[in-house]
Amino acid sequence: MTTTTLGPRPVAGAGKTRGRPHSADRLWRATPLTWFGLVFGVILSLFPFYWMIVIASRTNDAANSWPPPFLPGGRLGENIQRVLANGDANIVKGLMNSFLVSGTITIATVFFGSLAGFAFAKLRFRGKNALLLVILASMMVPIQLGVLPLYILMAKLNWLNTMPSVTVPFLIGGFGIFMMRQYAEQAVPNELIEAARVDGCSTWGVYWHVVAPALRPAAAVLGLLTFMEQWNQFFWPFVVLADPANPTVQISLRSLNSAYFADNSQIFAGTLIATLPLFVVFVLFGRQIIGGIMEGAVKS
Amino acid sequence: MSLDLDTAAPHSRHAHRAGRGAGRGRASRRPLTRLDLKFSPYLYVLPFFVLFAIFGAYPIVYTVWIALTDRSPLNATINFVGLDNFVELLTDDPQFWNAVVNTFGMFVFSTVPQLLLALLLASALNRRLRAQTFFRMAIAMPIITSTAVVALIFSMIYAREFGLANWLLDLVGIDPIDWRASRFASWFAISSMVNWRWIGYNALIYLAAMQSISKDVYEAAALDGASRRRQFWSITIPQLRPTIIFTLIISTIGGLQLFTEPLLFTSGSGGISGGSQGQFQTITMYLLDVMNQRFRWGYAGAVALVLFVLIALMSIVNYLLARRISSDK
Repeated sequence: MTTTTLGPRPVAGAGKTRGRPHSADRLWRATPLTWFGLVFGVILSLFPFYWMIVIASRTNDAANSWPPPFLPGGRLGENIQRVLANGDANIVKGLMNSFLVSGTITIATVFFGSLAGFAFAKLRFRGKNALLLVILASMMVPIQLGVLPLYILMAKLNWLNTMPSVTVPFLIGGFGIFMMRQYAEQAVPNELIEAARVDGCSTWGVYWHVVAPALRPAAAVLGLLTFMEQWNQFFWPFVVLADPANPTVQISLRSLNSAYFADNSQIFAGTLIATLPLFVVFVLFGRQIIGGIMEGAVKS
Repeated sequence: MSLDLDTAAPHSRHAHRAGRGAGRGRASRRPLTRLDLKFSPYLYVLPFFVLFAIFGAYPIVYTVWIALTDRSPLNATINFVGLDNFVELLTDDPQFWNAVVNTFGMFVFSTVPQLLLALLLASALNRRLRAQTFFRMAIAMPIITSTAVVALIFSMIYAREFGLANWLLDLVGIDPIDWRASRFASWFAISSMVNWRWIGYNALIYLAAMQSISKDVYEAAALDGASRRRQFWSITIPQLRPTIIFTLIISTIGGLQLFTEPLLFTSGSGGISGGSQGQFQTITMYLLDVMNQRFRWGYAGAVALVLFVLIALMSIVNYLLARRISSDK
C-alpha cells in the first residue's frame, strides 16, 4: 500500500546510516558495475529508436548496405512523404482512425471505469463481491478464446472493416474498473460522501461533485495507459480489418511489410510516424505513466 | 430511522452519524431517493456487464458450442460432431503440436531472461543514484512502441543480408546466421523482441516492490555480516514473491498469446505460416490459419479452447513454482 514517488530516493535513509558502521552505508552505494549495467541497459533500450531514425532518413539502397549505416541521412522528409502517399498502406487514414478509436475508448474507459469503480469502492449493493469477481475473471481471459464467435458477430452486425468493430467491444475493461476502485477506496474519505449525502446529494451528485474530482490523478494515469494500449492494438484489428482501405495505423504498418518489394526506408518512416504520437505523450507525461506502472505494481 | 442513511453509508461503523442528519433523514425517505440508493450502484456497473455479456461471455460460450461442430463458411449445414475436433487436434495434428512447441520455446526464451534481467536492472536502480528519473524514463521507453513496430525494427536487425545482428557477429568473427531458417535462431530473434519491449517495464514493477522493503532489514543483515549477494537472495527475493508471481502470470498470459512479432518476422505475404517449415508459427497464428485459410471454424474453436486451457495450466504451474522457489530460500 505504499505509494511510490518519482525522483531520487529519499536521502533520509542515507543520512541515518552515516554514523553507522561502514558496511551499512555501503549498501546503497552505486558501484562502477552498477553504472556500467545501467548505461548498457539504457543504450540497448534507446538504440532501436535511434536506428529507426537512421534507416528512415536513408535511401533504401543505403539502408541495405554493408556495413549497415550508423548515422542519419538526409532523406527523412522524402521517405515520410513517400509513406504518406503509399496507396496500399493508407497510413493517413490509419492515423485518423487510430486517433478516433483510441480516443473514444480512452474517454469511455475513464468515465465508466470511475463510475463503476466508485460503486464498487463506496456503495453498498447486493451481489457486489460476486460481480467484482466476474470483473477480475474477465481480465484473465485472452481475446483469442472468443475470437471466432466475435468475428461472426461482427460480420452479422456488418461491422467488418469498420471502426466500431475495434471500438465498441473495448469501451470498458475490467482493468479500468479495478484500478479506479483501488484508488477510490483510499482517496475518497467516507465522511466526505456522507456529508454530501446529508447535504442532499443524490448518488450521481456524490459521484460528480465529490468522487470524480478526487479520482482525477488516477483517471489521468488510466487514460494515458489506455490510450497507449489501444494505439498499439494489433491482433483483433488484424482479424476484423482485412480491407487495407480502412486500417488502423498498426494495420497500415502490416500492409507496408507485406508489400512484395520490401522498401525498408519507407517501412521505417512508417514506424516512426506510428510511434511519434506516443513519443509525444511519453515526453509530456512519462513521469505519470511510470508512476502509474509502479503504483499499480505495489497495489496488486 | 437510521436505516435509510445506513444504506447510503459505505460502512456500518459510520451508522451512528445518521443521528446527526436525522432532520434531513426524512427527506431521504422520498421514493425517488430510495430508488436512487437502491438502483444507482447497479446502473453504474451495468455498462461493463452489458458489454461483457455481448462481447466477452457470449463468444466464450459460443466457442464451446462451435468446437463440437464441423461448422465452416464453406458448408451449407452444421453437424454436431461431439469431441471429434479435440481428438483430431490432440492425437492427429503435428502442425498444432509444432505450434505448441514453438510457443513454449519462445515463451521460455523470453520470460526467463526478461524477468531475471528486470530483477538485476531494478536492483541497480534501487541504489543511490544521480539521474534516477532519466534512467527510469530511458528503460521504460520501449513500452511506447507497438508490437508491430518492434517486430519491423528487429526484423531488419535480423535481416540475413545486411542485418545489424550479423554485422556484430562478423565483428567477432562468427559466420552470418539466417535468422529465419532454423528453429533455434528464429526463436532467439523473436524472443529478443519480447525481451526488449518488456524488461524495463518489469524492472519498474520490481523497483517499486523493492522500495517498499524496509531498509532496516538490510542494515541489520549487513551488521550481521551478510554479503550483498546473500542479502539479495535472502531478503529481496522472498520479499518480492507476490510481485514475482504477478509478473510471471502477466508474462505467461502475454507470452502464450505471442502473435504479432512472429507474424511480421516474415516480410511479404504468408507471414501466418511462421516460416517455410512453420518453425516459428505460434498457437495463435495457427488458430487464424485454421480459421481464415482453411475455414475449419469448428476446429478453430477447439484450438482456441485448448490454448486457453494451456494458458490457465501454465499460470497455475508458474504460480506454484514461484511460491516454492522463494520459500525455499
